Amino acid sequence: MDYSNLRRQAASMKKSLFDQGYLDEQFCQVEDLQDEASPNFAEEVITLFFKDSARLISNIEQALEKYPKDFNKWDAYMQQLKGSCSSIGASRMKSECMSFREFCGQGNVEGCMKSFQKVKREHGVLRQKLEAYFQLLRQAGPAGAATRPGM
Amino acid sequence: MAAVATETPFHVLAVDDSLPDRKLIERLLKTSSFQVTTVDSGSKALEFLGIHHDSSTPISVQEDQLIYNQEVAVNLIITDYCMPGMTGYDLLKKIKESSSLRDIPVVIMSSENIPSRINRCLEEGADEFFLKPVRLSDMSKLKPHILKSRCKEHYNQQSDGKIDESSSTPTNSSSSSSSSSDNSNSRKRKAEGDAEILPKANRSRHS
Repeated sequence: MDYSNLRRQAASMKKSLFDQGYLDEQFCQVEDLQDEASPNFAEEVITLFFKDSARLISNIEQALEKYPKDFNKWDAYMQQLKGSCSSIGASRMKSECMSFREFCGQGNVEGCMKSFQKVKREHGVLRQKLEAYFQLLRQAGPAGAATRPGM
Repeated sequence: MAAVATETPFHVLAVDDSLPDRKLIERLLKTSSFQVTTVDSGSKALEFLGIHHDSSTPISVQEDQLIYNQEVAVNLIITDYCMPGMTGYDLLKKIKESSSLRDIPVVIMSSENIPSRINRCLEEGADEFFLKPVRLSDMSKLKPHILKSRCKEHYNQQSDGKIDESSSTPTNSSSSSSSSSDNSNSRKRKAEGDAEILPKANRSRHS
C-alpha cells in the first residue's frame, strides 16, 4: 500500500477544508497537541465535539419549539454551540452560529429558523468531511498524523 | 527521602462544563508539564477543594476522602466563565471567600470578549483572563501566578511569625518545587478540626 500517497491525499483534503473555510487555524492548534503518547488526540477531541454538538443542536431544536420567541434562551444555547465550534476550529459552522445569535438579537424568528437550518447543514457536512479525513489518516498509518496543510 | 532530582509538577484544577473543551484544556496543561484534575462544574470544583457551598451542613466527609483532600494540593484553578448553575465568576467568589483557598491563583476562560465581564473577574481577584480558544502559548502565563502566590504566602507567614525568620531566605520564593510535598506553602487541606466552613452566603455583595 502506498502510504505516502494516502498521506498526500489526507494533506490535500485538509488543505481544501481550510481553503473552503470549513476549518481555521484553531484546528491546527488541536492537531499540534498530538504526539507519540497521544497520537489520536485530534480525532478524539473532534469525536467528542460532534457528540457534544449533536446534543446542543437537539437542545436548540427543542427550545425553538417549546419556547417560542424566547430569544434569550435560544441565544444562550447557541452561545454554547458557538463556543464549541470555536474550540476546534469549525469556522463555517461558527459563522452560522453567530448569524443565528444576531437574529436573536434582532428578535427575528424567521431569520433564526433559517439560520438554524444552516447550522445543522454545516454540522452535517463538516462531520462527513472530517470523518473521511480521519479515516484516510488512519489508513495512512501513524506517521500520517498531524501534517500541516501547507498554509 | 533521597534528594529529589526532578520537580514535583504543579497541580492545576480545570473546570469546564464542555466535554471537548475539558479534553483540550487537560491536554494543553499536561503538555505544559502540569498535573491536571478536571471537573465539569463549579460545585464539583469546590467539593474537590474540600469546601461545600451548601453551608447548612458542616463538612462531614468520609475519612478516606478527607485524607485524599489532604494529599491533594492545588496550585492553580482555571475555570470557564459560562457554566450552568455556578458560573466561573461565582466559583471565583467562593474561592476568594475561603481563607484556606483565597491565595490559590484563579484564571477565568471565556469565549466571549466582554470587557465588563473581564474587569468584573479581575476586580473579584482573578489573576488572569484567557479568551477561548485557549492556546499552548497561554500556558506559559500560568506558572508566574503560581510562583507569585507562593512567594506572597511565604512572606505572609513570615510576618505572622509562623516562619522562623533567621532560617528563611528571601530567595526562597523562586522555589524549585522539590520541597513542595512538605512545604507549608502548598495548598494542603488541614485536618478536620481546622476545616473551613463557609459562612452563609447572604452577604450583601453585588453579583
